[in-house]
Amino acid sequence: MRLFANANYDFIGFRRYAYGVTGVVLLLGGIALATFGLNYSIEFTGGTLIQVRTEKPVDPAALRSALDREGVVGAEIQQFGGPDEFVVRARTAKHGTDADNTQATATAVTTALDATLGNGHYSIQRTEAVGPKVGGELRQKALYAIMVSFVIVLIYLAVRFEWRFGLAAVIATAHDILTTMAFISVMKLEVSLVVVGAVLSMVGYSLNDTIIIFDRVRENLHKYKRDHFADVLNRSINETLPRSILTHGTSLATLLALAVFGGEVIRPFAVVMFFGVFTGTFSSIYIASPVLLAIEKRWPGADARGARQVKAAGQRTPQPVGTR
Amino acid sequence: MFATVKSRIIIIAFLVVLSVASLIPRKVTIREKGADGIMRDTAIVRVPLKLGLDLQGGMHLGLELDQSTRVSADPKKDIELALQVLRKRIDEFGVTEPLIQKQGESRIVVELAGITDPGRAKAIVQRSAFLEFRITDRTGALEKALPAMDRVLRTAGISADTAKTAQSAVQKLLQGDTTKKGADTTAASGGVLSSLIQTQGAAMPGEYLVPVGAFPRVDSLLHLPDVARLLPRDLALRWSAAPVSVGVQSYQLLYVLEDRPMITGSSLVNAKAEIDPVTTGAIVTFELDRAGGRKFGEGTGRHVGDYMAILLDDRVQGRPPVIQSRIERRGQITLGGKTLQEAQDLALTLRAGSLPVPLKIVEERQVGASLGADSIRDGILAGLVGTALVIIIMIGYYHLSGALAVAALGFYILFTLGALSMVDATITLPGVAGIVLSIGIAVDANVLIFERIREELALGKTVRLSIDEGFRHAMNAIVDSNVTAVLTAACLFEFGTGPVKGFAVTLIFGIVASMITAIFVTRTFYMIWLQRQPALSTLSI
Repeated sequence: MRLFANANYDFIGFRRYAYGVTGVVLLLGGIALATFGLNYSIEFTGGTLIQVRTEKPVDPAALRSALDREGVVGAEIQQFGGPDEFVVRARTAKHGTDADNTQATATAVTTALDATLGNGHYSIQRTEAVGPKVGGELRQKALYAIMVSFVIVLIYLAVRFEWRFGLAAVIATAHDILTTMAFISVMKLEVSLVVVGAVLSMVGYSLNDTIIIFDRVRENLHKYKRDHFADVLNRSINETLPRSILTHGTSLATLLALAVFGGEVIRPFAVVMFFGVFTGTFSSIYIASPVLLAIEKRWPGADARGARQVKAAGQRTPQPVGTR
Repeated sequence: MFATVKSRIIIIAFLVVLSVASLIPRKVTIREKGADGIMRDTAIVRVPLKLGLDLQGGMHLGLELDQSTRVSADPKKDIELALQVLRKRIDEFGVTEPLIQKQGESRIVVELAGITDPGRAKAIVQRSAFLEFRITDRTGALEKALPAMDRVLRTAGISADTAKTAQSAVQKLLQGDTTKKGADTTAASGGVLSSLIQTQGAAMPGEYLVPVGAFPRVDSLLHLPDVARLLPRDLALRWSAAPVSVGVQSYQLLYVLEDRPMITGSSLVNAKAEIDPVTTGAIVTFELDRAGGRKFGEGTGRHVGDYMAILLDDRVQGRPPVIQSRIERRGQITLGGKTLQEAQDLALTLRAGSLPVPLKIVEERQVGASLGADSIRDGILAGLVGTALVIIIMIGYYHLSGALAVAALGFYILFTLGALSMVDATITLPGVAGIVLSIGIAVDANVLIFERIREELALGKTVRLSIDEGFRHAMNAIVDSNVTAVLTAACLFEFGTGPVKGFAVTLIFGIVASMITAIFVTRTFYMIWLQRQPALSTLSI
């Protein structure tokens, strides 16, 4: 069995439609982000989370009013996994206490639990209490991690390939981050540390995919010196297609296993990464490669591999590059 | 050295032995508190993979100096001091493999695995354990100052009634109807404070009773600068640690004490929890060093017949006893109604020393052991299912070559776990997800190689040449894509915290192990295969 062997699709010729699709997706994503926003977990906003396993089902309304009585206003109560397990999230500190003092809120939540469920009739599975200062630091760190990884990848690709490839890869990855954020927003997933981890792994995965194609481009530029740059790109994407299908297949298989069997904490990771595989594949083919073509046209390097071919091709045929 | 099949097999065997050796369940020595409460080294047998708090259950605390009550003169030094004190305390508390370290400039991170009573552990970490002995005032200074205080408050517009209406809803809820009672009596005597601070029922001079409900209000009123100024400079006000009940009402006790302590906990050399044979209540006996003993002896000698308050973290413990005679190096603290365990914890913190500045918890994570066990079970199940799917895809698509890749995948998992164990990395829940995901991604290198070999075969090259060329051509792509992946994972490690760090570590080791297995192990398999069948003309791929 060979899937997509000797495929010969005109990916690059299709790029204007792809730009359109990208534009629409990004626009819709931007609207979604603007309207729904991102639902940050208490790790980032600060607050208290308590996961409780109870002996019998709980009436959320009774618990909520008990929490209000304790001065913890506007807490979220959410079922988690089974009917006997739920999570209480309080994003604001207990009324009248210092926001950085997480203890008062945690104590107030347990008092409310004692009042509604009775002491000893429930067990606390997990507690997280984060001060707003710590949460703010974490947000900054996550942003920093993405920025620094961009710079490092740019430098590495500039050394191993040339700066044009690096820039194209980073632009494609930025696209992936935007679409993934929009996906998180639309799916109303909570942005937790684990989800940020998924976004960063998605960045690595997408870059990986882009580099596999670029590696082929680098090789084919030497092999087919007389060819049009757009043709080289198309040939490279087609040649790596079987590999892409297989690797994405095995990755999606493990992610599916994680989403189904991995438990509640891991599921968001698997879901975000699952989406990341698709957007990463799309961006490698339809963003990274056409952007590379555009960069070569805009800044044709004298010594750059392939740049001459674009120029020469442009002189030979008056047609715009890549359209046939 | 990689040329011959033999040398390759030796290298692979070496890596396998190394990985297996680092994963064999072995005796691990840990310091543990026995049933008798004494720390000793015990050896247990287990797989030497370190599990994160989210998998084995435990508590993670982020602590900072709490400068709301006492401002630190030198925060850097105080953090270092606090770190030392916490190390001593937690070592005595008896947690296996605790982690106590500084994070950044101003934060201390404490990680305690497998604790069963998080509340108790938190109390031990947070207690300042600042011990003081002070003589109570017998001049009636507060009674003399009260009318003047009330006058100040009245001119400031605070009388019993306006103060009542100014209360927030929450305070009202807390105090119930005690304020109403206070307001009633105000009408008779006229002042806010003199109506709430009672001398009736006091057991000794310098002791005052305040209804528990009115305690927060009285405390805030007494702290007003204009009011506090009216008390003589050499005296200070302190509250009792626990309320006492007189009849049906319960009261918080207010003490007027000398401002300068006779002696503080820094002179302490030992503290022990005991049961008082007479009252059967828990007590803590202590012993002072030589200099402290002399100072204490002088002080108590001068004050025979006076009352001495024992303060812990600015709260008076029990009711101050009368000094019967000179006390030298030994003494005791009576804890009204506390359990022996609480007394033991107090003795522990006293022995370990006091914190220079109180600590506040700015971050807390707790995971129960049962939830951690569930997570491990889920992770293993997901891993098994994921691996099974990958095996089906690989063998279904690449047949015999796919089987070689699957065998290499086995080595991959072994090498990854072995490496994680060797560097003593902590495996967290996201780390488990990373391992499972990397199984799916690890075959990528093999896929790249196999696709290349197929291309070469399609060009009509021989099997042997196709394999050589396939590996050679795939190398660039494998190296570049994996190096970038390691670089992004390194960023994740550098900027991530706790669980995410664990994820990054498993990712990095996974990528390196997958390169070794795909490039080296699979290649060796092919070499063995070709050696067995030199005339191979069709490759199962």
